[in-house]
Amino acid sequence: MLKQFTGTYARRLMWPGLVLVALIVVNIAFTGFGFLTPEIVDGRMSGPFVTVLRNSVPLLMVALGMTLVIATKGIDLSVGAVYAIGAAVAVQYLATGSQNSLGSVLVAIALGLGVAAVIGAWNGTMVSVFGVQPIIATLIFMIAGRGVAQLITGGQIPNVADSSPFVNLGRGEILSIPLPIIIGVAVCAVLMVATRRTAFGVLLESVGGNPKASRLAGIRAREMTILVYLICGLLAGLAGIISAANIGGADANNGGLWIELDAILAVVIGGTALTGGRFYLLGTVFGVVIIKLLEVTIINVGLSSQWQFTAKALVVFAVALLQSPQFRTWLTKPFQKKAVAA
Amino acid sequence: MRLSVNANVKRYIPIVATLSLIVALYFIGVANYSGFSNPQLLVNLFISNAGLLIVAVGMTFVILTGGIDLSVGSLMAFSTMAVGWMTIEAGIPAQIAVPAVIVLGGLNGALTGAVIHYFNVQPFIATLAGLFLYRGLTFQISTHDISLRDVEFFQWGMERVDLGSVSIPNITFLAFGFVLIAFCFGHYTRLGRTVYAVGGNENSAALMGLPVARSKISVYAFSGICASTGGVVTAFYIKSANPLQGVGFELDAIAAVVIGGTLLTGGYGFVLGTMAGVSVLGLIDTIIAFQGNLSSWWARIAIGALLLAFILLQRFLSKLGTGSSTSVLTTRGGDEEEPDSEEPRSMDSAGVR
Repeated sequence: MLKQFTGTYARRLMWPGLVLVALIVVNIAFTGFGFLTPEIVDGRMSGPFVTVLRNSVPLLMVALGMTLVIATKGIDLSVGAVYAIGAAVAVQYLATGSQNSLGSVLVAIALGLGVAAVIGAWNGTMVSVFGVQPIIATLIFMIAGRGVAQLITGGQIPNVADSSPFVNLGRGEILSIPLPIIIGVAVCAVLMVATRRTAFGVLLESVGGNPKASRLAGIRAREMTILVYLICGLLAGLAGIISAANIGGADANNGGLWIELDAILAVVIGGTALTGGRFYLLGTVFGVVIIKLLEVTIINVGLSSQWQFTAKALVVFAVALLQSPQFRTWLTKPFQKKAVAA
Repeated sequence: MRLSVNANVKRYIPIVATLSLIVALYFIGVANYSGFSNPQLLVNLFISNAGLLIVAVGMTFVILTGGIDLSVGSLMAFSTMAVGWMTIEAGIPAQIAVPAVIVLGGLNGALTGAVIHYFNVQPFIATLAGLFLYRGLTFQISTHDISLRDVEFFQWGMERVDLGSVSIPNITFLAFGFVLIAFCFGHYTRLGRTVYAVGGNENSAALMGLPVARSKISVYAFSGICASTGGVVTAFYIKSANPLQGVGFELDAIAAVVIGGTLLTGGYGFVLGTMAGVSVLGLIDTIIAFQGNLSSWWARIAIGALLLAFILLQRFLSKLGTGSSTSVLTTRGGDEEEPDSEEPRSMDSAGVR
């Protein structure tokens, strides 16, 4: 049973894994082995690959939440706006108060996460209680959210001084490992344990596979849906806060712009189908690193950064087609015919 | 019987709500700001939003089939940029460049539609590829603005026709032309009615022998044509091409369509409703501009709030009329039972069955 389970899981992860390895090989070919090996400078781990991982963390937070939402057959378009709101709330609170006390930093983080969670819960309520299509329910905050973020910051970009403990969330390190990476690993671990070692994951797959049957089986599908959107909102807010801490400011207009699209792409690359039911958190992790690595690879092979959009478009296209059973049949048809004729 | 009466009245409630909103916004403007009653102001709504109107008309048909087109904003920016690059940098006359990008937009749409239909790829994902691709291509043409101010061809768009107290530029006539053609297409042609049938229920439409493939592909092709025409209109209107133009434009177009009363689940809506939706967005912007001390972000918040109101209204109406368990508007796959519904469901269901 366990063997079978790990078997399908490994097969699902094979393709994203291969792509990831291929990208790393391309980078090593162009820039040498220094690309992969981390070195410790001034008690801090650094190196190109470590930087890629560190920069992946905000997208990873958003994409993990998105994976859970997609597992319930939903989608959350508002994450980019929630990212901006979470950052705006936290940084605006610090910018107008005492920045250097640990207490106010914790309050700021709690406020940012709280607002993000409330928006997530609202999205979940729209979907499960009012029965609005997820893409539409979350479109509302996708459109209005950046307006709300700008309202909070008053159209300015509030800053946090480098002396504030807040910036450590993005730039600090523990035992020379960058703090964002630790947060990323911790969130991954919590979600993986929660979905693979507790009933939460089973209930989630059940609700995503067939909400009505789950409800008839006694699962509180409605509450599950709200909880999942709440987690997604919370993680989007966390992503905003981490990158605001890294930059030292909150840009309501451009912070997290198009991150919802990148996150959906990461989820799809990771092998989670948009049709719900099955989800692969580890696949999403691979997807996120692939996207971030792709951006770096484009620079490293000597193309201009404008190519990254085109490259992403090709990835979306390839993944969407490869996941379509109709396309696979169409692709293999000529070969099958030949085989029959021979 | 009760159902059919309800359904007929219900059909028009969202559009009546939109029209009342337009009237209300207009009179709020007239009452508060001097100069708001100038008839030219109403024309200006369709000058600054001519591109949005054309793109939203294309989006209406995509949404009527139950799909969505996220690529319009990028395709629009790409078209403006491509026209600018061809006429300024490559020396191709605008008379050739403009039809070329419109044809390209149509071909791209047709290809997207074919991928969506034949390979069963979700419209969201298929058009997401277009969003990235055309934004990337736009950046690759140029990361700087291209000015079209000196090209004689692009003077035509803002040449105005005087009609007594108002003057209307050519781009507005062009936008109205699109609305008229789309209206006639949607309501009076066989393919147009097929679009509604496909949106209502694709399987039923296919079983009835309707050309599902042709209608879905034409809808995305038309949306592509509209998006690139929107880009050309932008070239006419601001006479320059900016690689970052039209970011998030697809959201405005979707919002206009929804506020215009078209159901995002497909099968139901009007082209003229979309025109009303564009007017609402335009009036909100105008009032904020007249108020002067309100910041631009209030427009985003107001549009979001309106979307929420209209979506909840549609949900409420769908519960009211047909009973929740059989409603075509019920969108959540399995969450169909609504314990909070106060309607005597058994009666309604009996009426349906």
